[in-house]
Amino acid sequence: MKNENDNLYPHSEGSSSRPPPSSRVPPQDHVLDVRDLKVEFKTEEGILRAVDGVSFAMRRGRIMALVGESGCGKSVTSYSILRLIQQPGRIAGGQILFRSKDGSSVDIAALDEKSEQLFHLRGGKLSMIFQEPMTALSPVHTVGNQVCEAILLHQKMTKQEARAKAIAMLGKVGIPAPERRIDQYPFELSGGMRQRVVIAMALVCNPEVLIADEPTTALDVTIQAQVMGLIKDLQQELGTSTLLITHDLGVVGQLADDIAVMYLGRIVEQGPVREIMKNPRHPYTLGLLKSLPSLAMNKARLPSIDGTVPSLNAIPPGCPFHPRCPYAKEGLCNVGAPPPVESINDRHAVACLRWREVEGAAK
Amino acid sequence: MIAAPEPLLKVRGLCKHFPVMSKGIRRRQIGVVKACDEINFDLMPGETLGLVGESGCGKTTTGRTILRALAPTAGEVLFKLPNGNSVDLATLSEAQLRPLRPHMQMVFQDPYASLNPRMTVRDIVAEPLVIHKMAKGSELDDRVSDMLKRVGLKPEHRTRYPHAFSGGQRQRVGIARALIMRPKLVVCDEAVSALDVSVQAQVINLLQDLQQELGLTYIFIAHDLSVVKHICDRIAVMYAGRIVELAQTQALFDKPVHHYTKMLLSAVPNPDPDVPMNMEIRGEVADPGNLPPGCAFSPRCAACTDACRKIVPQLEEKSPARFAACYHPDL
Repeated sequence: MKNENDNLYPHSEGSSSRPPPSSRVPPQDHVLDVRDLKVEFKTEEGILRAVDGVSFAMRRGRIMALVGESGCGKSVTSYSILRLIQQPGRIAGGQILFRSKDGSSVDIAALDEKSEQLFHLRGGKLSMIFQEPMTALSPVHTVGNQVCEAILLHQKMTKQEARAKAIAMLGKVGIPAPERRIDQYPFELSGGMRQRVVIAMALVCNPEVLIADEPTTALDVTIQAQVMGLIKDLQQELGTSTLLITHDLGVVGQLADDIAVMYLGRIVEQGPVREIMKNPRHPYTLGLLKSLPSLAMNKARLPSIDGTVPSLNAIPPGCPFHPRCPYAKEGLCNVGAPPPVESINDRHAVACLRWREVEGAAK
Repeated sequence: MIAAPEPLLKVRGLCKHFPVMSKGIRRRQIGVVKACDEINFDLMPGETLGLVGESGCGKTTTGRTILRALAPTAGEVLFKLPNGNSVDLATLSEAQLRPLRPHMQMVFQDPYASLNPRMTVRDIVAEPLVIHKMAKGSELDDRVSDMLKRVGLKPEHRTRYPHAFSGGQRQRVGIARALIMRPKLVVCDEAVSALDVSVQAQVINLLQDLQQELGLTYIFIAHDLSVVKHICDRIAVMYAGRIVELAQTQALFDKPVHHYTKMLLSAVPNPDPDVPMNMEIRGEVADPGNLPPGCAFSPRCAACTDACRKIVPQLEEKSPARFAACYHPDL
């Protein structure tokens, strides 16, 4: 691929009638470039490709959301970035390029599993917030122990310095009386407080990339709002680039700058949040948005997407979405390879042969 | 003159308190958790009432206590039978309740945990009829097939086990099991919360269609306000075991009166990035085992005064068809 650094959607090159999007953003601005990522799981029913050729770029200092229903591969994608995929899964292809602030760049997908470099990246420059605040924390260690562990592993500090830093970080994520809370165990904290501890653990080494896997899904509405406010504040204050994994389009609309929508292991549409929420071009994105019962809408029948997500060992030929798609056309959408990612403009791309018909349907 | 329709269900002063026991061999009662406290509401036939609130607010306990899955501590649950008589479910014995059970059913939250993995779909859906000896033989099979069709499954699915179904299909099985008794009242406890968005919409539509066809009355327990808004006629907002506001759905969303309802509504994230939400919310949900005196919401409330910290406000009609438990409602 020539000139690949300039292309935001490398996968779209050559497959579109339009020229590949010229990049206004210099590649140094991309903190993470995922290219044609493939992740497979070996099962009794054969090899399942949970992620099949996913490409996206994360820009520095922005929040990017990976959206989709259960089983679409959003979590597998995020786990691959930290190389947390375990047997029987493996990364079968593609690149995960991480560009550090200091200009160095590394392909995480190619690193050795036990290498020192990966060890330093994970938890240091890249870190993760997990969904379940109760299972992500050790029940037999104090909060302070767990936050300090991350500091002591990645930074040269004495225990006293680490403790002071942990207290400061707990205060920053909004835990009242952090000097007292630091010696408590997770069971002594409420769900919202536990999630704050998990966030503090992830942020204490000042990572460049934060991966947040369903960070608010287990929380109540008002606590969710507090945690969302915290993530937004920290992004602005620390300049962390965040990859937000969620199925909740409300959270995406309020937090994210960019969105990538996934279906059956592929990105079907990606672009800036306003453009996708207001004028989705992929029938699946449109269907998802329409099937949301909205606070603004009055009581009527909800437009739902027909059928269910097929299983990964029976992915339909052609466009994987065609059996559920109201726009699907015989002989076009149900044959051949999945549709290529096509650029609509230099930020918005869609993998649908009939996106022009979908345009404007959300209004 | 036609008499005004009578409520199907009248709940009066319903309480469910759980004792808190000390540790050790001599377990003494050291406290009480008021999971649901002095609940009052009427439910009209064919209506959908939403019970909303955050985890631990007592919405599930309320639903279960009404159906006598839990024995109430105090209060009345007056249920109107199809023959026109009213019974107080709260005082009946188990044996007296048994013939009434077919009239009230429940749909559970987790479609993975609420179906027995070792029973076929036919056995799961037929079980209520078998228990109540309401059908057998070919009639039983016909009713199961008919019910499966109604909920959008195929009769040939009868021989399969739950593991062969997706989450949405399992929830349909759970709905079929609840509705095969032809109940009057159905309590849906977070019935769509575990489902993905596209499937959730299908199940919501199904519940609404079945309500029309079979004349069902729903108590719809949920934490997702947009779902509740979509499906409910009236909504009761609960906080720390009590109903703090009860109103028609549209009125509640247009202008919430209780300060907790306002906070709750402002915290719902909207997919449209141009509709702002409130990310600056004070405090945490009250612990029902350790409530402050007076209004449980008072420590988080901007309008709180001394009166709020002394005596618990009662649910009162502040304007027509609009109930709130607050000394300083925002009318």
